[in-house]
Amino acid sequence: MIVAELKLYDEIKSYLEGCSSVLVAGCGSCTSICHSGGLRETESVASWLRSDTGMKVRSIIIERQCDNEFVAEIEHVLSGVDAVLSLGCGAGVQMIAEMYQGIRVYPGLNTKFVGTTHDRGIFIERCRSCGNCKLGSTAGICPLTRCAKGLQNGPCGGSENGMCETGDGRECAWCLIIERMKAQGRLDELYRFTEPVIWSGQVPGRYNWGIGVK
Amino acid sequence: MNGMLTLRDKLEAGMFAVTGELGPPRGCDGDVVRKKAGMLRGVVDAVNITDNQTAIVRMSSIAASVICMQEGVEPVMQMTVRDRNRIALQSDLLGGAALGIRNVLCLSGDHQSFGDQPGARGVNDIDSIQLVYTANRMCNGKKILHSEEQLVSAPDLFIGAACNPFAEPKEFRPMRLKKKIDAGARFIQTQCIYDVHAFREFMKKIVDMGLHKKSYILAGVMPLKSAGMADYLNAKVPGVVVPQPIIERIKGVPKDRAAAEGIEICCEIIDELKNIDGVNGIHIMAIEWEHRVREIVERAKLKV
Repeated sequence: MIVAELKLYDEIKSYLEGCSSVLVAGCGSCTSICHSGGLRETESVASWLRSDTGMKVRSIIIERQCDNEFVAEIEHVLSGVDAVLSLGCGAGVQMIAEMYQGIRVYPGLNTKFVGTTHDRGIFIERCRSCGNCKLGSTAGICPLTRCAKGLQNGPCGGSENGMCETGDGRECAWCLIIERMKAQGRLDELYRFTEPVIWSGQVPGRYNWGIGVK
Repeated sequence: MNGMLTLRDKLEAGMFAVTGELGPPRGCDGDVVRKKAGMLRGVVDAVNITDNQTAIVRMSSIAASVICMQEGVEPVMQMTVRDRNRIALQSDLLGGAALGIRNVLCLSGDHQSFGDQPGARGVNDIDSIQLVYTANRMCNGKKILHSEEQLVSAPDLFIGAACNPFAEPKEFRPMRLKKKIDAGARFIQTQCIYDVHAFREFMKKIVDMGLHKKSYILAGVMPLKSAGMADYLNAKVPGVVVPQPIIERIKGVPKDRAAAEGIEICCEIIDELKNIDGVNGIHIMAIEWEHRVREIVERAKLKV
C-alpha cells in the first residue's frame, strides 16, 4: 500500500486561511489502511477545523481517490466549496485537482512510501518503484529501498551487528540478503557483478502518458 | 613524488609502497593543502585526497589533488558515489586525468546523515564496485558506460578500491574484495587495522584466493592520538575495532604521553603488517596529524 501520514494541524490550517467552505476528503484505500486518511482521521480533521475556525466544513470518504470514477462521485458536494483538503496520497490529491480544476486542492497528508504492515499501526517501507524490479536476485529483499546507500553489489564497510552504519535503527539490508541467500543455498549468486541500475523508469514524468493493458 | 617513480611504478616493480592521507579544508584556502602536502612530500609515495569525508562539505578532491601535484606530491583522488551520478563521475575521471591525476580510489562514501548536510539527497546512482567497473571500462576498455564508441583519448588511471576486512558479514568480505578486483581495482587500501591477528586470518583467505596476485594490497593504519580516540573508534566508527589490550596500553600511560604511545603502537602494527604475505604497502591515515607521518614512516622503517 501507499503509506502516508497526517500533516501537522498548523500546516493544514495555514493552507485554508481565507476559505469559507472546505471539503475534507478521505480515501477508502491505502490511507485508510495506514490510519492517515480513513473515516476516523477525516472526521477528526473536519471537527478540528470546525471548532477552531469559522469555516463551513463538510467531509466525505472517496472509495479510491486515485480512480477517476470514484472521484467523479463527489461532484454533487462541491458546489460552494472553496477548497478540498485531500487525505489521500499524492496521486489522490492530483486526481481531484485534475478533475475539478477550478477548485483549490490541498494535501492533508505527506505521502511517505510504498510499504507493508509490520505490526498494528506500524508500516515499513519496502519499495521505491524503481521500475526495474530485480528482487529475485536478492532473495526478495530490496537493496535499493532498504540499504541506506542503495548498494547493489554487497554491503559497504559500515555494517555492524547486522545494523546499518547510519545508526537510525535500520538493519543492514545486505546482511539480511546474504543470510537469506545463504539459507537458500544461493550465496554464490551474490558473487556475480551487478551492473549499474537503469533508472530511466524513475525519471520524473516517465509514466505521464500511462502504462497498462487495454 | 619520489624521483620519477609513481605509486603505480613502485607497486608494479614489486616495491613496498606507502600512502598517506590529506583532508582538504572547509574553505578555499589552497595554502592549507600546500602546507599539509609539504609535510608529506618525500615521506610517502602518494597521498589520498579525501572526497568530502564524513559527508562534510570541503574543497573538492579534484582541486586539492591538483594543488598537491603542484607541490610535488602525487595524489590519489578519492571519489565517492554519494554526491555525483554516473555522468558527473565519468566527467570528473576525464577531467582529473586531463589535469594530470594518475590514481583514483573508488568509494561508497560516508552516508550523508553523518555530515553537515543531512537533508542532502544521496545520489548513489551507481555503487562503488560499479564505479571501479566504470573507471576500468574507461581506462582499459576505452569506452564510456553504456556506449560502444571508442574514446579518442582514454585516461590511464591507476584504479583503486577500499576494503574493510572487519565489517560484517565477515564471510562475505573476501568475496566482496574479489568483486572489486574483478571489476578492475588494481590496488586496495584497507580500513585501519588494529587487530593484526584478524587481519592476518583475512589475508590468508585473500592469498588462498590468489587475489594478492591480481591487485596490490595496502594495509591501512591510523595512529591513535589518545585513549578517548580509541574508545570513539570502537563506539562510533562502524567497522573499526580496537582490541582491548591496545586500549589498556594507551590508557596506561599519562595523558601527555598518549600520542607518543599511539605512534609507538602504530609502528609496531606496521612492523607486523609489513611481513604478512600479500601485503604490498601501508596506507597511513593520519588526518590532521600530517606532521607526524614522517616520524611514523621513519620509526617503522618504511623507507620511501
